[in-house]
Amino acid sequence: MTSKLSNAQIAWRAAQDIEDGAYVNLGIGFPEMVAKFQPPGRQAIFHTENGVLNFGEAPPAGEEDWDLINAGKKAITLKPGAAFFHHADSFGMVRGGHLDVAILGTYEVAENGDLANWSTGPKGVPAVGGAMDLVHGAKRVAVITDHVTKDGKPKLVKRCSLPLTGVGCVTRIYSSLAVIDIEGGRFVLREKLPSMTVEELQAVTGAELVLPDVIGDLVAPEVS
Amino acid sequence: MDKTVPDLAAAVAGIEDGMVLMVGGFGGSGAPIELIHALIDRFKATGSPKNLTVVNNNAGNGRIGIAAMIDAGMVSKMVCSFPRSADPRAFTEKYLKGEIGLELVPQGTLAERIRAAGAGIPAFYTPASFGTDVAKGKPVAEFDGKSYVQERWLKADAALIKAELADTMGNLTYRKAARNFSPLMAAAAKLTIVQASKIVAPGEIDPEQVVTPGIFVNRVVEVADAKQEEALMREGVAYS
Repeated sequence: MTSKLSNAQIAWRAAQDIEDGAYVNLGIGFPEMVAKFQPPGRQAIFHTENGVLNFGEAPPAGEEDWDLINAGKKAITLKPGAAFFHHADSFGMVRGGHLDVAILGTYEVAENGDLANWSTGPKGVPAVGGAMDLVHGAKRVAVITDHVTKDGKPKLVKRCSLPLTGVGCVTRIYSSLAVIDIEGGRFVLREKLPSMTVEELQAVTGAELVLPDVIGDLVAPEVS
Repeated sequence: MDKTVPDLAAAVAGIEDGMVLMVGGFGGSGAPIELIHALIDRFKATGSPKNLTVVNNNAGNGRIGIAAMIDAGMVSKMVCSFPRSADPRAFTEKYLKGEIGLELVPQGTLAERIRAAGAGIPAFYTPASFGTDVAKGKPVAEFDGKSYVQERWLKADAALIKAELADTMGNLTYRKAARNFSPLMAAAAKLTIVQASKIVAPGEIDPEQVVTPGIFVNRVVEVADAKQEEALMREGVAYS
């Protein structure tokens, strides 16, 4: 394997599927990058668990208002049409099916849609935040991830070995090598890097890829 | 009806050993720093309150607020969703030594358990945590073909809340994202104690703008120059 998408390119690819006017929650960390790559002419409305809809970019350094933060405790700004609400309403939006898209990071994702993204095991201090809520209720729950771990093991697996965040919840995976839908408990390959063969991709994927008639090329511009 | 009290010490009177204490805020946003520090002052002077169970989204940051309560030895258990922060030393050190308990609750479940308590709903079902370690031992039921986990209300003996405006009857507004858990906690606690940046006469807050109605509030104290926890953190302040 000679190439893969950078994190920014994975985020760019995920952003292309967000419709104009969609209500979107981006998980803390890597998924936040998706907001940078909204296609021209489209505007998503971003939700953050701590009670803000339609927030914008970070303010310039020195202009932060620390009462105005996102779930990652980073300073944000408001766009026209923003709204504040309390935490129970915020998670009502999540579980109640009002969000169109949630995009999360992951340690492992299984072909049956199970997600493990909150704990790497019993060591240290456990912390779950809103992850177990966010995987339920959004119309589409997508993960963005490197296709393999740092030591080359598949992150797309038959069954998760790490503690689960949610059962059967993921609908689409944007990885550094492919775009894969989860349908009927199987990984269905939608796009792959044109430089890779299906066999090469299968070799770094922990469960069988279902191959539809049309498999698109996964191509992203140089972005950062 | 006048719910105002003259100072912070009077505001936190009646919080006793072993109580369940809710503290509003999400990270530094909405953290009632002055009320917390007044409670620490009382503990330093009298040895009480201690053995508290504290409910907050997080478990303190740095050496101020909830972290300073933990450092002081006032907290025996945290109920929270995310006991990590930029500087989680206070909780982490005690947790790894087995000196403080932790009930880890998914964030939306935490909010709804608090809301349920304030609304008189003893239990409810949520999809969150189904099939995970967090749901172990909890009743599960199926509704319309999908499985849900039963969760119970979470009540408190007292709540510490930071508001922007209060009137003397306890009607509250909040500032930006600082409201987060506070309206829920105000309703879930038997004794709801509020610090407000400004206290005004009844009628001066437009009823359309009231977020927490005064029925949920017991005491209000004015803290005109309230500090913001994150700003204090960035100044490297420690409270002791």
